[in-house]
Amino acid sequence: MNVPHPRLPPPKVQRSNRYSIWRLLREGLRSQRGWSRAWAKASPRARYRVVIVGGGGHGLSTAFHLAAEHGITDVAVLERGPIGLGNVGRNTTIIRSNYFHPDNIRFYELSLRLWERLERDLNFNAMVSQRGTLNLFHTEAQRDLFTRRANQMRLLGVDAEALDAAKVRRLVPLVDLENGRYPVLGGFLQRRGGTVRHDAVAWGYARAASAAGIDVIEHCEVTGLTLADGRVRGVQTARGPIEADTVCLAVAGHSSVLAAMAGLQLPIETHVLQAFVSEPVKPLLDVVLTYGAGHFYISQSDKGGLVFGGAIDGYNTYAQRGTLPMVEEVAAAGVTLLPALARLKVLRQWGGVMDMTMDGSPIISRTPVPGLILNGGWCYGGFKAIPAGGLTTAHLIARGEPHPCAEHLDLGRFAQGRPVDERGVGPFAYLH
Amino acid sequence: MLRIPCPWCGLRDESEFRYRGDATRRRPAAEAGIDAFVAYVYQRDNPRDWHSEWWLHVAGCRGLLRVVRHTVTHEISLVESASGVQGAEQPR
Repeated sequence: MNVPHPRLPPPKVQRSNRYSIWRLLREGLRSQRGWSRAWAKASPRARYRVVIVGGGGHGLSTAFHLAAEHGITDVAVLERGPIGLGNVGRNTTIIRSNYFHPDNIRFYELSLRLWERLERDLNFNAMVSQRGTLNLFHTEAQRDLFTRRANQMRLLGVDAEALDAAKVRRLVPLVDLENGRYPVLGGFLQRRGGTVRHDAVAWGYARAASAAGIDVIEHCEVTGLTLADGRVRGVQTARGPIEADTVCLAVAGHSSVLAAMAGLQLPIETHVLQAFVSEPVKPLLDVVLTYGAGHFYISQSDKGGLVFGGAIDGYNTYAQRGTLPMVEEVAAAGVTLLPALARLKVLRQWGGVMDMTMDGSPIISRTPVPGLILNGGWCYGGFKAIPAGGLTTAHLIARGEPHPCAEHLDLGRFAQGRPVDERGVGPFAYLH
Repeated sequence: MLRIPCPWCGLRDESEFRYRGDATRRRPAAEAGIDAFVAYVYQRDNPRDWHSEWWLHVAGCRGLLRVVRHTVTHEISLVESASGVQGAEQPR
């Protein structure tokens, strides 16, 4: 079965506020006085059909798809701070669909196809760059495992290509192929993978949702959920109570905290993941590169900085900062793979908190509380899933049943013995 | 860097330890039913607050410790040997 192509109506950005080369030229001749705010600074009303808690990538994408796909615009997106300062602006901006489980391949491939048309859908330049993602392997067993994954992908119509060591060298001459510890035997390349400017994703979705009539409300922290007769009736916020028929939580990192307001416990632990960017340098890496003998991934931003990261620090924390042992581990992996990195200075380092689920896969699901929908558990793969996460969550809200590409991501899978354990490590959140 | 005061080895860096997760979960009785086992294996409180957790001192005394740590400030309020903590004898 091939991955279904997404079907979306044209974007609903008003003609007067469309961005185009003609608009750019016209504003250039008029001293840039004709630009308006990208999205309206909305204030909360007393009641909405749908309230989305969390104005990150998934919350805003869900709002956009509710409007674009289902015509539902009586929607508020509530964000604790300003748009773009949460995990949507803290990740390493990588998009790809090279997964192993067929259900996951379908879901992430849907996302990749939506990324390919994102800028047309949103009328916003998100700098989608399909520069390719290259996963290196270092042992024959790893090669066999990657081959199996690539074959699985190709059976579903998704691109994957095997490269031997000579081809890896041509693509990324900086890699130390014969390094003493973990010589590189080859790699698998997904040419359609790449990077996207993450801030622009948040801004683009916020603008398109706002243009469709959805209220994007910043500085509006949710402090409680209103429950009556066993179902959710709305939310309490720092700016007063808001009634709603459906409340959707899209607050990955804090899903457990919000779910606890409805008396729910989730199969989630919160962990911190760090990311790093080097000083800007001239172009030296034109793919997204991952190391197979440790947890390390790297790409070069358009500004020239090398953006890289590794694994989670490994213990429960809500602090948006990491500690030094993981900095050392990431640096060691990076220098083993690309010795030239040792000459660069790290410009910035930061942390974001993740919902780490017990099987390493996300949750898009109804909950035991009627009217309460959960989009969370993104572990550290949430960014690439933003378009499909929003589309499938909007489908669940509007139709009341899961989207065919996200059926396997329901909460019930844990009790029913069908976890989606991509790495096969068992029910230990801190190991995924 | 977390620094954990091991009762046997003194104040040691986090890199000597291995995290073993939530220390409040207890294996239900064999006949407790599926819901109890789902809660034991999968569900977590995941508090944004004080958290009781297991740390194994792999590069030290190899003792299993119960640590109470705050998940925002990382402050540690209690470290004790797991021996004597009810339920600590279960494999993890």
